[in-house]
Amino acid sequence: MSLANDVVLDVRGLHKRFTLHLRGGVELPVLHDVSLQVRRGDCVALVGPSGQGKSTLMKCLYGSYGADAGQIVFQGEGGLLDLAQASPHQMLAQRRRAIAYVSQFLRTVPRVPALDVVAERALQAHPEPADGEPDDEAQHAEALETARDAARVLLRRLNLPTALWSLPPATFSGGEQQRINIARGFVEPARLLLLDEPTASLDAANRRVVVQLIEEAKARGTAVVGIFHDEEVRDAVATRCVELGTPSDR
Amino acid sequence: MTSGYNFAYLDENTKRMLRRGLLKAIAIPGHQVPFASREMPLAHGWGTGGIQVTAAVLGEHDVLKVIDQGSDDTTNAVNIRQFFARTAGVATTTRTREATVIQTRHRIPEAPLKAGQILVYQVPQPEPLYRLEPRRAETLTLHAFAEYGLMNVKLYEDLARWGRVETAYDYPVRVDGRYVMAPSPIPAFDNPKMHRMPALQLFGAGREKRLYAIPPYTDVHSLDFEDHPFEVHLQGQACALCGCTTSFLDETVQAEGEVLWTCSDSDWCREQQEGLAL
Amino acid sequence: MTSIEPLLQVRALGHRFPSVRGGPWAVCDASFELFAGEVVAIVGESGSGKSTLLNAVGARLRPLAGQVLYRTAAGAWVDVHAAPERQRRELARSEWGFVEQAAADGLRLNVSAGANIGERLMGRGDRHYGRLRATAADWMQRVELDPARIDDAPRAFSGGMRQRLQIARNLVTQPRLVLMDEPTSGLDVSVQARLLDLIRHLSQRLHLCALIVTHDLGVARLLAQRTLVMHEGRIVEQGLTDRVLDDPQHPYTQLLVSSVVAP
Repeated sequence: MSLANDVVLDVRGLHKRFTLHLRGGVELPVLHDVSLQVRRGDCVALVGPSGQGKSTLMKCLYGSYGADAGQIVFQGEGGLLDLAQASPHQMLAQRRRAIAYVSQFLRTVPRVPALDVVAERALQAHPEPADGEPDDEAQHAEALETARDAARVLLRRLNLPTALWSLPPATFSGGEQQRINIARGFVEPARLLLLDEPTASLDAANRRVVVQLIEEAKARGTAVVGIFHDEEVRDAVATRCVELGTPSDR
Repeated sequence: MTSGYNFAYLDENTKRMLRRGLLKAIAIPGHQVPFASREMPLAHGWGTGGIQVTAAVLGEHDVLKVIDQGSDDTTNAVNIRQFFARTAGVATTTRTREATVIQTRHRIPEAPLKAGQILVYQVPQPEPLYRLEPRRAETLTLHAFAEYGLMNVKLYEDLARWGRVETAYDYPVRVDGRYVMAPSPIPAFDNPKMHRMPALQLFGAGREKRLYAIPPYTDVHSLDFEDHPFEVHLQGQACALCGCTTSFLDETVQAEGEVLWTCSDSDWCREQQEGLAL
Repeated sequence: MTSIEPLLQVRALGHRFPSVRGGPWAVCDASFELFAGEVVAIVGESGSGKSTLLNAVGARLRPLAGQVLYRTAAGAWVDVHAAPERQRRELARSEWGFVEQAAADGLRLNVSAGANIGERLMGRGDRHYGRLRATAADWMQRVELDPARIDDAPRAFSGGMRQRLQIARNLVTQPRLVLMDEPTSGLDVSVQARLLDLIRHLSQRLHLCALIVTHDLGVARLLAQRTLVMHEGRIVEQGLTDRVLDDPQHPYTQLLVSSVVAP
């Protein structure tokens, strides 16, 4: 297993189907022999009509869905890894530092304030304490503040009113929740960034901010895979478009 | 001695059973040994355990003293003493220093006991953890594994509630560094007397059917906290009869409302009055 | 990737409750591992064997088959059910915690909150009253109980407060493994939210490994990185929580997931 120079992600012959046991075992094939290579600084936009498996592919990359066949070779934290075969712990390790996912839904523990929802992603990326040793209080407080500072920067850029930062996001509007999701995805640099409709509920000004954030990530060498129904955004950030079900261009 | 009874009332096999139990208890200081408590001619709660222990160890040349809260004259003390006089024909006395076997309820005599004497305690509840853990099976396990955190919980509660350990009697002790034991409802004031006592201390709980013992010269320490060590508090009064300030005093309210303090240990008070104490 | 040693290994665990004609196996052939610092949920419906499994792991019952292997703080592996009872009790007191479903079962109701929290410390030999009290007060704050109520008995606390007190009582000795049996059941929704946040926060800060039995998939999703699904005594599926809940493979898991009433 090896990757050419700049390649961060190499999807090879990925197959995914759903077997619906509750409907008598009906099988729904969704991904058929999907291959895709993403390089550092690339932004691949998955395009095409609904139902072709765009979200499914994203979730396979993140590990939320399992693949039935094929490989997902990733230049991840600690070396090369086939994500399709990764153990839960390997996947968790990659999600902590190497892979970020901005989904369409925001699910958080009920009382955590918006600022901390974002800050905790940055905090998670820190080196883990030794087995069984709790963090030193002072060290933790310092790390938390640094993470919160990074979170504040992003929330400001995304024009999220300061008044909301200390509130739990459960009662926020769709657009506000989406901005939390985005901030959480960008607060810690990652090798692979997965964006599922990142601008769906945003106004023009915030869409521009998201475009900027994506450009900055690309410039840092992050590989981006995204689903953008907003053509303007897509045209601004995508280095190429890929339609699933058709042979990808490399 | 009244005829028709075996020596000291109990049959020989019962005494043998008791002695085996007592030997085991002495071999494992502070550990509760179950025994087949007999029906005695007095109700549970009146010293049936103590009587069975005394009956088991009494010999025809022994001199028996029986006290109840320090006094030889209460109904209980008198009845028990007469019981053994009738069924064993042994000599009895009220003088601590002349007795070879002393059965007691709720006090340790003030006069220091000597090697060769036996002190038999009457015990209502042998299990020191009882209030916090009423399940027998559980306390057996706790004792077996020396898991005594719960005992300190009791002391903690007292401190938290009253600012001092409120347990004024039956204050739990650790025997020979191993078992935690209930010393019977003697006042905490008496606890230090148990430590390295030259006499043999035997404990009998008739209703609960348990025996335990402290062999002579055994370490006995009252449980406490580092920052709240166990302390004996003198009452700060003098006996109205003998003037003693160091013995445990009974507080009696007179008909007119005034308070009278007298030595709880009647024999000690007599010695003080006769100027015989050393 | 560097491999990390697991904290706990359960191998082919099985248990059946005694009955005249044999009866069904409450847990059958259950195997999984736990690692330090992770939260794992066991989900399944009533009667699936989750609590039996939890109790077998926590040495509260002796399983008829299989092994539970635990790696102590000293680094040695212990076969929990083959070890001497003294050692098992020692581990249960110091390195493990067990949070009962009904807080009343996991607390001494007639003893003050401070004593409840301090008991495990006193059990391991701490004998300084002042320090015990200070530690208890500190932990009450950590679980968001008013430290001024340190001398109140749990009888005076609400269900949610009792549950938090139970958590403090277990965590005071900084256990490495905490088992929880339906910690949020029976509590009001807002109280549940508070408890979930507390569990999440403490498990992260103390780098605890927590095994949580719950029938609430929402709790599993929010708290657990990995989830095991039990059905009729067997673990039918296990993996990353989002994968188990979003891409269930086993028919029973699919049924379970589709049955959830979303608010």
